[in-house]
Amino acid sequence: MIAEAPLLVAEGLGKTYGRQLGCRDVSLALHEGEVLAVVGESGSGKSTLLHLLSAQLEPSVGRVLYRTRDGALRDLGEMTTAERKFLARTDWGFVHQDAAAGLRMAVSAGANVGERLMAVGARHYGRIRGAALDWLARVEIDPGRIDDAPRTFSGGMRQRLQIARNLVTKPRLVFMDEPTGGLDVSVQARLLDLLRGLVRELRLAAVVVTHDLAVARLLSHRMIVMKDGEVIEEGLTDQVLDDPREPYTQLLVSSVLPA
Amino acid sequence: MNAPAYNFAYLDEQTKRMIRRAILKGIAIPGYQVPFASREMPMPYGWGTGGVQVTAAILGPGDTLKVIDQGADDTTNAVSIRQLFAKTAGVCTTTHTAEATVIQTRHRIPETKLGEDQVLVYQVPIPEPLRFLEPRETETRQMHAHADYGLMHVKLYEDIARHGHISTSYAYPVKVDGRYVMDPSPTPKFDNPKMNDCAALQLFGAGREKRIYAIPPHTTVVSLDFEDHPFEASRTQASCELCGADDSYLDEVITDDRGGRMFVCSDTDYCEARREARP
Ligand SMILES: Nc1ncnc2c1ncn2[C@@H]1O[C@H](COP(=O)(O)OP(=O)(O)OP(=O)(O)O)[C@@H](O)[C@H]1O
Ligand SMILES: [Mg+2]
Repeated sequence: MIAEAPLLVAEGLGKTYGRQLGCRDVSLALHEGEVLAVVGESGSGKSTLLHLLSAQLEPSVGRVLYRTRDGALRDLGEMTTAERKFLARTDWGFVHQDAAAGLRMAVSAGANVGERLMAVGARHYGRIRGAALDWLARVEIDPGRIDDAPRTFSGGMRQRLQIARNLVTKPRLVFMDEPTGGLDVSVQARLLDLLRGLVRELRLAAVVVTHDLAVARLLSHRMIVMKDGEVIEEGLTDQVLDDPREPYTQLLVSSVLPA
Repeated sequence: MNAPAYNFAYLDEQTKRMIRRAILKGIAIPGYQVPFASREMPMPYGWGTGGVQVTAAILGPGDTLKVIDQGADDTTNAVSIRQLFAKTAGVCTTTHTAEATVIQTRHRIPETKLGEDQVLVYQVPIPEPLRFLEPRETETRQMHAHADYGLMHVKLYEDIARHGHISTSYAYPVKVDGRYVMDPSPTPKFDNPKMNDCAALQLFGAGREKRIYAIPPHTTVVSLDFEDHPFEASRTQASCELCGADDSYLDEVITDDRGGRMFVCSDTDYCEARREARP
């Protein structure tokens, strides 16, 4: 069955930075419409893994396979840079913790949303602007702000703009690194609600890195727990959070460890 | 008499060979910015050091050189560059577009249609069309390598969002041969259509930024735009008050200190030729 074929597969993935271990021996599969949370303490290798999965880093060992729209399962490491770039601006989205890293702070919100459309060949100003207006509304940004630069936006608005900018080309897979980090609690809650709605509505697959277990609980179907660069536990999110097997995860869940 | 202290056309032969290699590479990859080892010239940056080096590298004793600055042959900059080569290369100089084999220009393309026995050399201040949106050279090189040009349209989008139309009127970006996005140097966009399918070889030299690029004869050059905001080669809606031309690019000239002004051709040779031809 086609629906059974995974969208993204990691096989024995490892990364070392010189002598420093980033992550080791990670294998996983992600299916269409599935959200995977990656949790663990600071320095446990979450961002490293996310960058490997999204081809922003080259693995030291192992490989990442991605099922392209034609159904072929392709090794990212064997694609040309141009093919990977194309995937990154069509099939994938990347939401950074620091919105400034994911936005063009000096150009208008409308252009931020429209850029990916233009990058894949959209050449009708009216339609690009229409899509931008539509997406601003969907992420609950006043469409009247379309010509304002994101540097005039609040942290929560910037993060929502980043989401709109990524989703406008209808990607199949979104990578998020601490999408709610650095926001205050009420803003976080609203953003999470929004993300959850969009992920369901668009049937997005996502890998969400977080050290906030509440984020994992709210957004993800499955989760993996990392420690010292390795995956030490994985399973359905509710099961892992309600009935953790590993002592480390038990500590994490009972909040004994500072997340 | 002693041999002159300088080589033919000022630059030494090694340097000229190096520049010619960059030019040939530029011709082979239309619109691609080729790095070259730009030399110190007897003039400050911003006065056409890139164009002068390209001219020096291609000039032969049989060439006839024309130099224009904003369309005019008689500005200080144009005159001194012309004199430099008259003195160091002993070439003939001219102000007549049709007589020149090499035309060095700052900010204009002559109105007179160029032929295949001519080379147009542009002086370029900033060769990178993506620079204003992406300051990192490492990034812009990647973007060119992967024809990742969404950013260029972001700039045009911003123009329309802000002004209701594409307000860029100089250095209007073009796509060369369906591949590289290129800055045509600060020529008015009125001149952009002249670059397309031009019979003459077009060479671009940026001295301070150490880049050379080229458009070979009869190459397709398209100005970037949107379907619903198409490119327009606009000019002032007026006629030249000296020669009556209504199809040339016009400069506004202040004629007195009481607000008097007139529009005249920016291309002085074109204007003079039209006036001489009048009965
Ligand atoms: N560029 C790098 N050079 C050297 N070591 C690095 C580099 N990036 C990460 N590391 C190391 O790899 C390990 C994993 O880092 P990583 O950034 O993946 O952790 P993380 O789980 O994302 O942490 P955080 O929650 O703080 O973001 C850490 O020991 C880190 O110091
Ligand atoms: Mg991290």
